[in-house]
Amino acid sequence: MKVRIKFQKYGAMKFIGHLDVMRYFQKAFRRAGFDNEYSKGFNPHQIMSFAAPLGVGLTSDAEYMDISLLSSDEPEIMLERINAVLTEGFRVVDFHILPDAKSNAKTATAMSLLASADYLVSLKDGYMQEGISSRQEFEKAFLAFYESDEIIINKKTKTTEKEVNIKPMISLLAFDEEEYRSRLKPLLEDNIREIKNESCADIYKNDIKVYMQLDTGSSSNLKPELVMEAFCDSQGLEFNKFAWQVHRLEMYARNDKSSKLIPMYALAR
Amino acid sequence: MRKLALSDEILLSVEKPARYIGGEVNMQVKDPKKVDIRFCMCFPDVYEIGMSHLGIQILYDIFNRREDTYCERVYSPWIDMDKLMREKKIPLFALESQDPVKDFDFLGITLQYEMCYTNILQILELAQIPIYARDRTEKDPIVIGGGPCSYNPEPIADFFDFFYIGEGETAYNEILDIYKEYKKAGKSRKEYLERVAQIEGMYVPAFYDVSYNEDGTIKSFTRNNEAASLKIKKQVEMNLSEAYYPTKPLVPFIKATQDRVVLEIQRGCIRGCRFCQAGMIYRPTRERSLEYLKKCAYEMLKSTGHEEISLSSLSSSDYSQLQELVYFLIDEFGSKGVNISLPSLRIDAFALDVMSKVQDIRKSSLTFAPEAGSQRLRDVINKNLTEETILDGAMKAFKSGWNQVKLYFMLGLPTETKEDIEGIAVLSDKIAREYYSIPKEERNGKVSITCSTSFFVPKPFTPFQWSRMDRAEEFIEKAYYLKDKINEQLNRKSIKYRWHDPHVTELEGVLARGDRRVSQVIYKAYKAGCIFDAWSEIFNYEKWKQAFEECGLSIEFYNCRERGEDELLPWDFIDIGVKKEFLLREYKRAKAGLTTPNCRQTCFNCGAKVFGGGVCFEDNTSIEAGTGR
Repeated sequence: MKVRIKFQKYGAMKFIGHLDVMRYFQKAFRRAGFDNEYSKGFNPHQIMSFAAPLGVGLTSDAEYMDISLLSSDEPEIMLERINAVLTEGFRVVDFHILPDAKSNAKTATAMSLLASADYLVSLKDGYMQEGISSRQEFEKAFLAFYESDEIIINKKTKTTEKEVNIKPMISLLAFDEEEYRSRLKPLLEDNIREIKNESCADIYKNDIKVYMQLDTGSSSNLKPELVMEAFCDSQGLEFNKFAWQVHRLEMYARNDKSSKLIPMYALAR
Repeated sequence: MRKLALSDEILLSVEKPARYIGGEVNMQVKDPKKVDIRFCMCFPDVYEIGMSHLGIQILYDIFNRREDTYCERVYSPWIDMDKLMREKKIPLFALESQDPVKDFDFLGITLQYEMCYTNILQILELAQIPIYARDRTEKDPIVIGGGPCSYNPEPIADFFDFFYIGEGETAYNEILDIYKEYKKAGKSRKEYLERVAQIEGMYVPAFYDVSYNEDGTIKSFTRNNEAASLKIKKQVEMNLSEAYYPTKPLVPFIKATQDRVVLEIQRGCIRGCRFCQAGMIYRPTRERSLEYLKKCAYEMLKSTGHEEISLSSLSSSDYSQLQELVYFLIDEFGSKGVNISLPSLRIDAFALDVMSKVQDIRKSSLTFAPEAGSQRLRDVINKNLTEETILDGAMKAFKSGWNQVKLYFMLGLPTETKEDIEGIAVLSDKIAREYYSIPKEERNGKVSITCSTSFFVPKPFTPFQWSRMDRAEEFIEKAYYLKDKINEQLNRKSIKYRWHDPHVTELEGVLARGDRRVSQVIYKAYKAGCIFDAWSEIFNYEKWKQAFEECGLSIEFYNCRERGEDELLPWDFIDIGVKKEFLLREYKRAKAGLTTPNCRQTCFNCGAKVFGGGVCFEDNTSIEAGTGR
């Protein structure tokens, strides 16, 4: 059976790269006594796949991984068992057995349905500079940046460099949690069950932060770091890649009919 | 949430930040304020290597079982981090609490290979602890050395407060108990060291003086403090089956060199190869019981989630219940996706059966370590492996589908001749010929033979401790000679030849058999920038050479002379049980080309019987000794 797991990654674990996170969970499942399915062959490995792996340095409330189990207890018991063997910085918040792939072909490719993600970007303490020396100043500057008709950046790949307008790739902007929640609601499908758990995002004294929803996935993808760099460039600020803490809040698929968003955990439920 | 000693900015600017954050699975968490003793255990090499070391895991567990002690870890910061820590004056910190090491009561450094010596100085300097023990004050941690290189601690004696000679299981509790008592009573560092010196196996270098003859050899080794013993007896844990074994080893986030459960099945080796230090210093051979190992394997796989288990010992095939153990592991865990890795197996029917079950034949290779190319020289080094055994084992493996062979040899062994070197090429070729004698349709493509040579380094407490070692130039000459000889063979295209950097080897020779004066060279080389000398891309021979010159010492003196039978050797004050007379007798037998049977065949009265157990007292051993003349 396929199982979708939602987990948080925080604290010092932001320094652990994606491949090591995979190895970590493979060992964690073994410690928890999960009955994982293995690939065939001489070097069998646990069947698992991730949606949009997080970069080093980022934290998250919503990482998703699909695994394949041969048998399972009730989801609550499984959740307890896995959390009992995890170390500080990782916590599983949802364990959801997906319906059989045959009756719902879409679930099997859920990870490829990924359409967008919410981020909270905070200024780390000690990185204030002129132009962003207070929350008010930052908000004003960020709005000025966002409200222009086009936001053109130079997107570099290994071989090419092209100008891209990233403005259409930003679908939500807010400066505090309440504003974020209220702007998010109309974008979501109705009657989405919420998972109650405290956010693991780091909190900074300066309170300078921005909530954003960005295109994420194979068809259109925008990294929050690029937005921050474009913001700094547009406002004549120095961009310091270490100054901003990026935190992922949620990942979504899009319902093609209604164009509304469905959080990954609520898919196929 | 755990605090970190380093900022995000630093951690995101270095390679593998996971080396510095701790927080691993099975890490011990204690409140440092609630313990009496803070001990920092150090492996002076990069994290991934240090984390793979079993000894530290054993001690980490023993110490942390004490409620009054918090044992933490530190490894050598890699060169990128080293630079940043120096620039920003960040004191070296322990991984668990992220607190500076200089605030600890103890810093214990394990000495696994000589080429990590400059890293010890790096650790001390980054920790802001005076490099020389004589410069330390009451506020500095007590710096302890242990592990195989402490069997000749002299080249690094000046940097340590004391050395623990032998196996860590036996005396550490006493060392810590006394420390706690002395700390409470407000006693001084010196008073504590005087007390420690009275515990068997503890060597406090400051309590001894060395004087030298005009020719540079040691004239006298005397104590200057009545508390010090004249002989330091190595510590041995005689009951390995009851001895504590860490069933909850740490599991790193990043891939360590040993990314697996390591099961130590026995300590010591019955073989008595004359070049091998481990084979002498870990005598007598002691086995852990099968039942105990089964239990440990189960618990360790459960607590770590590792996907592989490896058996650790000097010669696995000599473990008396190996078959039962291996088949148990395969039956019990093989179906659960656990790999089983078996290093140091003799190739026989059992090994081939096991290997075909646990390995992918297409990807794995056969490994033989004949060490020398001719039977004559193999007799000299007492390596009990004949050409017939190798060819027979290889043929059996070839018939089961293997086509890759790795061969390990040494160049520069005592009494070596050109014929012996040529023998390496001939033996490699014979293995290939064996392969091609199989009808074409039955064999699996081409055979690939990798022949590697290292250069022989005489080590203390081996029968070859008196031997002359070759110069780098001689090594290079021999390597080229062998290369030419390989190119003359029929199957030269199937043989790949590799050799080690002879300059590193030369230095290893000096650090292995050096005396106290060598410490200045290490200090100067370190100050000139030498660090991570075991890493060939970093090793800088020129700087070392210059350090020797500045100190007025020569590599020649330490490496390139035959030591006299009655010369006072720097490590003679250590008693490993195995007697010097035995080693000398073995050296003479080597030169006469006489082999010595293994411990299970006949006791040759090496002296290790004094420990009262292990292989010396197995039922099938003839205890009557003395046939060795």
